Amino acid sequence: MIEIKNISKSFGTTKVIDNVSFTFEQGKTNLIIGESGSGKTTMLKLMVGLHEIDQGEILYDGLNFPLLGVKQKQEVRKKIGMLFQGGALFDSLTLEENVRFPLDMFTKMTKEEKLERVNFCLEKVQLTNKNNLYPGELSGGMKKRAALARAIANNPKYLFCDEPNSGLDPKTSIVIDNLIQSLTQEFNITTIVITHDMNSVVEIGQNILYVYKGKHWWTGNSQDILKTTNPELVDFVFASGFMKEVFNAVKKKQ
Amino acid sequence: MNLFFHLGRYFILIKRVFSKPEKSSVYFKRIVSEIDNIGISSLPIIAIISFFMGGVITIQSAFGFTSPLVPLYAVGFAARESMLLEFSPTIVCLILAGKIGSNIASEIGTMRITEQIDALEIMGINSSGYLILPKIAAGMLIMPFLIAISMFLGIFGGYVMGIATGACTSYEYIFGIQTFFQPWKLYYSFTKVVTFAFLITSISAYFGYYTKGGALEVGKSSTSAVVYSSIFILIFNFLLTQLFLT
Repeated sequence: MIEIKNISKSFGTTKVIDNVSFTFEQGKTNLIIGESGSGKTTMLKLMVGLHEIDQGEILYDGLNFPLLGVKQKQEVRKKIGMLFQGGALFDSLTLEENVRFPLDMFTKMTKEEKLERVNFCLEKVQLTNKNNLYPGELSGGMKKRAALARAIANNPKYLFCDEPNSGLDPKTSIVIDNLIQSLTQEFNITTIVITHDMNSVVEIGQNILYVYKGKHWWTGNSQDILKTTNPELVDFVFASGFMKEVFNAVKKKQ
Repeated sequence: MNLFFHLGRYFILIKRVFSKPEKSSVYFKRIVSEIDNIGISSLPIIAIISFFMGGVITIQSAFGFTSPLVPLYAVGFAARESMLLEFSPTIVCLILAGKIGSNIASEIGTMRITEQIDALEIMGINSSGYLILPKIAAGMLIMPFLIAISMFLGIFGGYVMGIATGACTSYEYIFGIQTFFQPWKLYYSFTKVVTFAFLITSISAYFGYYTKGGALEVGKSSTSAVVYSSIFILIFNFLLTQLFLT
């Protein structure tokens, strides 16, 4: 479980995150949603320590992450898996080497054990027998799946996904969403997904934080969001005509 | 102010680079790979440049020594001194600053803008140590060998071209390159090379590591890496020469 308590962050005079508190639950897909520029990615970077918070607390199972020393932070980070928006796979390494990377760095596994683990992870993301391909030879969706395989290679306790569906077609998006959800439930991970893809919100949103202008604006799940009357959230969720139709259909059913 | 900001940030980065590696065996493999990347791939260009420069120095020397009081073996002597003291350790290092420096800055810069460095940090890896230490170590290990090859090929190029153009005889050239040889000059030259290797790799890595933005900024970092590496090579060349030869 990860808790954030009253965290704030400013860049110069611009307050990007303003006194946000939230609990990201273990074994659930926790979503941070919001418009572009609302501070979602900054919040994620604060949580993993890529930016420093101005105030507040970030608790990883009770450990206040920003106050930890360098070594203690590294220990927490070893339990983190992260799927970046662009994948962030290492260009000079093959798919197998990319997925094996955290195992090479932090485990004393034998070569055979590592290979077994790599193949297991690649199988999970449906990239079996692609071990020797380089990131440059993969499609966008495959890169995301490969990055997800790397993120789960070292059995993370916490999984962060920064816009896992951006730039993907709807079919591949659903594959990625389902993967994230199944991995979260299977391995009881605390998963945090940043997205503004409404399909993902409806499909996998078990615990949703809506951020508006850097503030905690709304909390709920995928069912609650379709019933919301919060004007800013309604504007965001039903910005597209398609979602409005879904909303009306749900209302009619009720 | 800007200079002090960069100097301060550079030294902080260097301190992080030399902190204890997470896993020495992984770093060792990376050093070997960087030796190939930095060193072996630079060999052809160094060989070609050194051979022809040695030849040109020999012909120019022979052309310049018109006085009957200057013996012809001075051509070999001049070629050896030029190659050993200045051309191989300094000029070749300036050329390497262009080749290796831009390579390092663009590689690390691209890793920065594509979030690969963030990925390393989040995994709990000291990204600066993992990426930069093997490059510095590889540069400092392999560049003396490259420069030794450059010295040999330069002197050999002088011999071949000197004979081919009739600038001097084989006996005169070989006698010339053996005359007044002082071994400590090699110590001076290789001290320069190791220093320049550190400057090229660390300065280039610094510019790459702190790249912000996109492809355009990677290009700018690459250019800055070459420019500042070259400037610092020239400054340290002066300082080391002053230190050793006076």
